[in-house]
Amino acid sequence: MSLPLIVFFICALIAVVGAILLIVSREPIHSALSLILVMMALAVLYLLLGAEFIAAVQIIVYAGAIMVLFVFVIMVLNAGEEERTNWSRIAKFAGLPLGFFLLMWMAHWMADAAIGRTVANSGGGTTVAFSTVELSKLLFTKYLFPFEATSILILIAILGALVLAKREN
Amino acid sequence: MEFVTQHAVLVVSLVKIAVLLFVVMTALAYLTWFERKVVARIQSRWGPYYVGAHGLLQPLADGLKFLFKEDVTPPAADKLLYVMAPFLALALALTALALIPFGPPSVQVLGQSVFIVANSNIGLLFLFAITSIGVYGVALAGWSSNSKYPLLGGLRSSAQMISYEVSLTLSVVGVLLLAGSFSFNGIIASQAGYYHHANFIPRWYVIPQIVGFLCYITAAIAETNRIPFDLPEAETELVAGFHTEYSSFKFAMFFMAEYANMITVSCLATILFFGGWLSPFPDTWTWQLYLPGALLILTGIYCGYDTVREMRGIAQLQFAVVTLLALGIGVICLIPAVMPVIQGLFWFVAKVVCFLFFYVWIRGTLPRFRYDQLMSFGWKLLLPVSLANLVATAFVLAVRHG
Repeated sequence: MSLPLIVFFICALIAVVGAILLIVSREPIHSALSLILVMMALAVLYLLLGAEFIAAVQIIVYAGAIMVLFVFVIMVLNAGEEERTNWSRIAKFAGLPLGFFLLMWMAHWMADAAIGRTVANSGGGTTVAFSTVELSKLLFTKYLFPFEATSILILIAILGALVLAKREN
Repeated sequence: MEFVTQHAVLVVSLVKIAVLLFVVMTALAYLTWFERKVVARIQSRWGPYYVGAHGLLQPLADGLKFLFKEDVTPPAADKLLYVMAPFLALALALTALALIPFGPPSVQVLGQSVFIVANSNIGLLFLFAITSIGVYGVALAGWSSNSKYPLLGGLRSSAQMISYEVSLTLSVVGVLLLAGSFSFNGIIASQAGYYHHANFIPRWYVIPQIVGFLCYITAAIAETNRIPFDLPEAETELVAGFHTEYSSFKFAMFFMAEYANMITVSCLATILFFGGWLSPFPDTWTWQLYLPGALLILTGIYCGYDTVREMRGIAQLQFAVVTLLALGIGVICLIPAVMPVIQGLFWFVAKVVCFLFFYVWIRGTLPRFRYDQLMSFGWKLLLPVSLANLVATAFVLAVRHG
């Protein structure tokens, strides 16, 4: 087994265990930390795919900024253990089969896509370059409109949050 | 031997990590000594003096003291996170140093660059990634102690680090635009050379990016929780802030993490704005090759003078050791084969030490901010200024390149 493959399996295991811990743990802060674990493992997986920029941004934005805010809010509220209600039990019974179904559907979809890609590659398809320069070129030419639309969307979300926060005061 | 040649990357990397760890740990210990000495001088005191000559063995004594103290865990603490937090803080602080190039990449052993552990194409981004999750060590320490002062300290640190990280990152983007590279070696290489009309001024980014540099150094002090931004551990308000409940070696780990972060931030300032391992003098000035050796020998002579003057027997012995070390390393640095190899390292370390002195100087000079001042300073002054700097840099570059 090659070294990248070993790293892949370790990180995949960490990601899955982290995701399960995220749902199972009853302390909100443990859940938040498990989510950070998942994100870090995912970042390593991106690295293995050669997407250095995405890996770094994944850590900076998600683990380093968004999750810090989550942890901050949990600490401010000093949130205690989760309570289990009747509804959460119903959610468990309905959620497990539904989640399983979703997982199977995604696996099926991804397997199809993977087969399609190997066929395309064997037919002399070009490999995707993941360098930061290439990425930024694509982002500011081909995907300019979605990129700008997303930034405006985020701006609107910030303004919306501000308006909501002001109104409550 | 076959194993060594086959796994050159692995073996060389492990050796480099071991050496770096040893050097950094020693540097951390003596940074505390340096800080206490400099602050003492600023406040007209002597500072550590009795443990060893000029208190040179004080860091060792402190380390032993930390090891032998009782390690208390508060009964109401979240055990796992309480233990994890100091490890996280120290591990992340040390990991960041692996990305720093301490010398030119041309110095190689077995085809591996000697002065950098992890040479990444996007070193700067990875460094920011590591520092951005560094806040968890402090925040979790505050939360898991389950005590009111640590919690306040943890809250303050997460709010402060989120706020200043934005300015920190934005202040550096100007340099990135000029250099056109995320890799540290690329950024340093693009600062080589001198200005056309004044060919003694190096093309360091501190000149075109002076605003960015000032923003960076301010945000960096805030990121490392140092005075005047040390609100997470403000001892006049919060006892000791996030590490109030920590004792023994866990406390020492937070301490080491803070100093390691200081070193990282100083290294980054050196690389981004002061040309990293580049010499400030033109290559034609060949006497600069003798500078490291000459400085060390001068230090040795000065210590030798102290050895003769010192009255206490044990201190005299230590001075003699320091004298011999300085003279020995100085002579080694003057060997023609060694001389060009250590130039980069010498300049890098010299610049970093200047920054560390600056840090300590700030600590000895400025009072602490009030919390609302801290927040309004970060968001209302630092962020707009660094944004304006970024826009201006981009504009100038766009005009220049048509």
